[in-house]
Amino acid sequence: MNCREFTDFMLAYLERELPVAQRASFEEHIRDCPPCLAYLDSYKETVALGKRVCALEDEAPADVPEPLIQAILSSRQS
Amino acid sequence: MTTQQAARIGGVPAEEAALLERLRAGEPAAFEAWVRESTPRLLAVARRMLRNEDDAQDAVQDTFASAFRGLPRFQGGSRLSTWLHRIVVNVCLMKLRSRRRKPEEPIDELLPKFLDDGQMERPASPWRCSGEALLARHEGRKAVRDAIDRLPESHRNVLLLRDIEGLDTAEAAQALGISAGAVKTRLHRARLALRELIDPVLRKEAP
Repeated sequence: MNCREFTDFMLAYLERELPVAQRASFEEHIRDCPPCLAYLDSYKETVALGKRVCALEDEAPADVPEPLIQAILSSRQS
Repeated sequence: MTTQQAARIGGVPAEEAALLERLRAGEPAAFEAWVRESTPRLLAVARRMLRNEDDAQDAVQDTFASAFRGLPRFQGGSRLSTWLHRIVVNVCLMKLRSRRRKPEEPIDELLPKFLDDGQMERPASPWRCSGEALLARHEGRKAVRDAIDRLPESHRNVLLLRDIEGLDTAEAAQALGISAGAVKTRLHRARLALRELIDPVLRKEAP
């Protein structure tokens, strides 16, 4: 497996969808290729960062305009 | 039975069951409390998906209009917040579908490049700044958010649905009207592109 194939198979590897033989050669490549190991780690970190930054946004959202709240409440009454 | 277990009825916290009862009884104060508590998160989701303030506020209004209509049929099988989240995601997807589609920048420009022998053109090295350190800084959080926003819309939507809003592959495929295979391909490319976009920031030494 070369680095291009390794990159192509990362999602399937992480979702445990690679057939046994391909999984074995993927893991062999991880052992033999430090840049691809670093790449896989940074790929996983990227996913985690995306989730975390949006979760922080949800926990402390920007201002909610009061007219929006009033429009929603009045739509229920109409 | 522990106190915590006793405070939950059918997996739903007792206070939410009480709120649902008050909403079904049509208590105006209950509606106001529900709207005030739920709107911030719904608006954050809509802003993220639609990237337009007017459209995001419309989406939240449409979400509540749909929820008010659906409340008598709401079974209580999930949390009210989970139910509202599903509605706002669907409303946003409908709005995205109704928008005139602009031609997208191809994502290929953002993907890693390889040499003829299959090796990476720029071999990766471990990031020097931890994700935690990056997110502790306002500009770090902004860098990640801006990078997500730079993804072409067709890929960005898949990333948002799968990685951020928590839909599985089948749900995302159904919501977007594409195959499960296309969801996986777009998700992988979106993640690769996002990784390339934030790589320069994380390769730098932590301050």
